[in-house]
Amino acid sequence: MEKRVVFDNRWLPYLLLAPQLLVTFVFFFWPAGQAIYQSAFIPDPFGLKTQFVGLGNFEYLFGNRYYRESFLTTAVFSVLVTVSAMSFALWLAVLADRVIKGSSAYRTLLIWPYAVAPAIAGVLWLFMFNPFTGIIAWMLAQLGYTWNHTLDGGQAMALVVAASAWKQISYNFLFFLAGLQAIPKSVIEAAAIDGASFWRRFRTIVFPLLSPTTFFLLVVNIIYAFFDTFGVIHTITKGGPEQSTTILVYKVFSDGFVGQDLGSSAAQSVILLGLVGILTVVQFRYIERRVHY
Amino acid sequence: MKKFIAAGVVAALMSGVAPASAATQIDFWHAFTGRLGELLDEQVSKFNDSQDEYNVVATNKGNYSETLNAGIAAFRAGEQPDILQVFEVGTATMMGAKGAIKPVYEVMAESGLPFDQSAYLAAVAGYYTTTDGQMLSLPYNSSTPVLYVNKDALEAAGLDPNMDLSTWDKVGTALDALKESGNKCPLTTAWQSWVHLENLSAYHNVPFASKENGFAGVDTELSLNGDVQVKHIDTLGQWAKDGKFIYSGRRNEGGAPFRAGECALFTESSAGYAGVKKEATFDFDIRPLPYWSDVEGAPQNTIIGGASLWVMQGQTEEEYKGVAAFFNFLSSSAIQAKWHQDTGYLPITMAAYEETKASGYYDENPGTDIAIIQMTGKAPTANSKGLRLGSFDQIRGIIDEELEGVWNGSKSAQEALDSAAERGDELLRRFEQANR
Repeated sequence: MEKRVVFDNRWLPYLLLAPQLLVTFVFFFWPAGQAIYQSAFIPDPFGLKTQFVGLGNFEYLFGNRYYRESFLTTAVFSVLVTVSAMSFALWLAVLADRVIKGSSAYRTLLIWPYAVAPAIAGVLWLFMFNPFTGIIAWMLAQLGYTWNHTLDGGQAMALVVAASAWKQISYNFLFFLAGLQAIPKSVIEAAAIDGASFWRRFRTIVFPLLSPTTFFLLVVNIIYAFFDTFGVIHTITKGGPEQSTTILVYKVFSDGFVGQDLGSSAAQSVILLGLVGILTVVQFRYIERRVHY
Repeated sequence: MKKFIAAGVVAALMSGVAPASAATQIDFWHAFTGRLGELLDEQVSKFNDSQDEYNVVATNKGNYSETLNAGIAAFRAGEQPDILQVFEVGTATMMGAKGAIKPVYEVMAESGLPFDQSAYLAAVAGYYTTTDGQMLSLPYNSSTPVLYVNKDALEAAGLDPNMDLSTWDKVGTALDALKESGNKCPLTTAWQSWVHLENLSAYHNVPFASKENGFAGVDTELSLNGDVQVKHIDTLGQWAKDGKFIYSGRRNEGGAPFRAGECALFTESSAGYAGVKKEATFDFDIRPLPYWSDVEGAPQNTIIGGASLWVMQGQTEEEYKGVAAFFNFLSSSAIQAKWHQDTGYLPITMAAYEETKASGYYDENPGTDIAIIQMTGKAPTANSKGLRLGSFDQIRGIIDEELEGVWNGSKSAQEALDSAAERGDELLRRFEQANR
């Protein structure tokens, strides 16, 4: 005899799924569909008239050398942000995991920066590194190093990477710490009794067991670097000097809200959408294989 | 934000419920905060107290770009205000939106109120006027670039603090002496594109763009890579290399070091006066913007920056009458003279200038009339009326990028300006296509 409870109603599962589906549709599919639709037009800002241009917006974008170059800028920026945010967070998490006295105080303080809005984070870093009045710029000058990110593209990149990564470190820290605490102590103790050093235990036991967390954070951090960092860039460099910190998402913002060119902005969103989709597929197909659950 | 919404709700309720509910409400969205916001509110409440037919409700919508975007979004949703403050670079965007705006000359004519366009300073109103002389938006806050001089710094470099700095050649001599004496920041600037390309072009009567700087049509092309501009940028680039010109950023970041006494010379908007006067602990002077004496016809006149008030389409006749009454009030010489003296912005009418002069204000605050003299010295030409270019906020961004290439030595002046013109033209073609 069948012991499971069976619901005969064919509609019930759909009904139960409906709220989630509705949210997904309204907040994800609809805007994405709108962006795809709008990318085929050149409208005027006030929406008084619009012209169908087919793939014209995409042609315009890919014909622009500066747009093509911003792919490379985005790649450099994203890799730097992801690697530095994750490695610092892991380092801090490993240290915090070993602290016995006052550990909760440390942890709370380390999580704080996550509550700071990107634009505020940008302004904070800008104050410290202002070439004229910033305290760190002044200290560097005392050491004989000239800091001027308004003219030096490399310094500007370093500054926006630092500000973006700093904000994300807390988030990564939280997950790494949880991941570390989920690793059975007995395994590590057994290795310690066998005489494995801290570094060896970390390399052969902790890091592999942490890989699901690391993988999750890799995906989240890349998406963060791609989409959520424009506030930092807007406040610190506005994409400059020249185009050295103009990443793709900043250009979406600047064409749409500074230039009021909604057609080009929509086309760029579609390109970004595709790019992140491809990146996520690649991550799941090729990197996830190496993850041990 | 919540507070603002709450305040807005309360204001809306009060205007609806109060006994004076017969008053027509006029919505005015603006981009002023801080001291300027207070002065604006003062004007509005003065107007509201002066009559009981109309009630102007002023609301801050963020900075200039945010205010423009708020206006655009509101128009798309059919919730536009009556009056929208738009910065000068948004002029072409507003003009292109014929179905979204109602020209000021039309609003004034329909209201039957007296409106004499010739009373306004031609150099100010010209920026917002069609080629056949019809005023599209009401000039509100306008300023023009001038040279701020730290006299103590000149003296410390062994120079005469009252030395002639009217031409760039003479400025060059002063910079040599300043550099020699160990000054770390002989010259810096704010708003580089506005001062050193847009105003430079007008001041030397050379075009910044074809089609009368865009006034005569959207099929305009940038010509900011002409001889005068290249020579000027090349000179500044050389000065940057020698440490005589210090680049401080795209906006007015140079203001802080100048006010702190670190920089000797500073090209900045005349509206920066209040800040310098308040903070500077050194003896300073305001001078006209320098020019190149070997260019024929220089100095012509400089052009303005700032914002104007646009009237939006789709309101009732009664509201437009209120807008006209409010504009009439804003243009009155008493209000303008006070605004000019409080903020350092230019007065928009000749009468307000005369009134300020008669009050002895310029004698007490030497240099505050330089901006007006510099703008009104000669009748504006096709090259010095102003600029009307689509996507101009973004084109300024491109110019900033290219100039940064000159300041850090990665590009020559000619290369940078050629590239700026080419990239800017691409945006102008996009704008032309969208506004066909």
